Amino acid sequence: MYRRFRPTSIWREMDRLQREMNRVFEDFYPNRTRSAPGFPAMNVWADEQSVLITAELPGIDNDDIDLNVLEDTLTISGERGTDDLPEGAVYHRQERGSGNFSRSLKLPYTVDTQKVRASFKDGILEVNLPRSEVDRPKKIAVKVG
Amino acid sequence: MATETKAMEPKKDELLPEASERTRDGRCFVPRSDIYETEDQIIIVMDMPGVQKDNIEISLEKTVLAVNGYADLEEPDGFALARAEYEVGDYERSFRISNQINRDEIEAEYKNGVLHLILPKTEEALKRKIDVKVG
Repeated sequence: MYRRFRPTSIWREMDRLQREMNRVFEDFYPNRTRSAPGFPAMNVWADEQSVLITAELPGIDNDDIDLNVLEDTLTISGERGTDDLPEGAVYHRQERGSGNFSRSLKLPYTVDTQKVRASFKDGILEVNLPRSEVDRPKKIAVKVG
Repeated sequence: MATETKAMEPKKDELLPEASERTRDGRCFVPRSDIYETEDQIIIVMDMPGVQKDNIEISLEKTVLAVNGYADLEEPDGFALARAEYEVGDYERSFRISNQINRDEIEAEYKNGVLHLILPKTEEALKRKIDVKVG
């Protein structure tokens, strides 16, 4: 008979403790960011009608950024190239990465694709994604019986 | 020529707190940099996303070339931060350069959040190199 693995109580207790400790440390450093699972790192801002996404994309041309919105998913993709080195040039130090990148982000609602606006300045991409009219919450008035 | 490429890293390295403290609020990062040398120039490339062109300060004191980039710390109006993966902050980094660099001809270009510093080699440095080739 198949039996699911159940951690013994001591391990469960350890897990609980660990979670508790993590929470304590998170409270201690409330401004700490989460680590980005991939390139580019994004910040997500929200107000009632829209979500604003900013991403750090240094060294990428405006035309080399692809933005795709499908219902509630935003995909940012593109390519970051390197400088064209002349014949005989040598790297002393190379810390900047290059290559293709792609990241998708699922939003909490369907986006009105007609109204998406994006700008790119000084290596920062800014995308404003308004919530679609259909998806907005409806206010229901409470009648006094 | 080096053809090896590095993977793109979304995380920025923070400047280690040293003896002197910063007067400006916010964090300070070490910009990721590439340095390469061509026949007559040394080129330093730095990632400084979020810094406007006019807020970059480059200074050369004796042999130390220092770059400071001040980011615009303003946040989008009326929005609340829902998820943060990077922090906005200033950039600071300095390099020691050799005396083979022509100090008066250093040039800087800034585009799409990337600073290029072009350090031309001195006539003597170039001549010396040619001499070696002939010898």
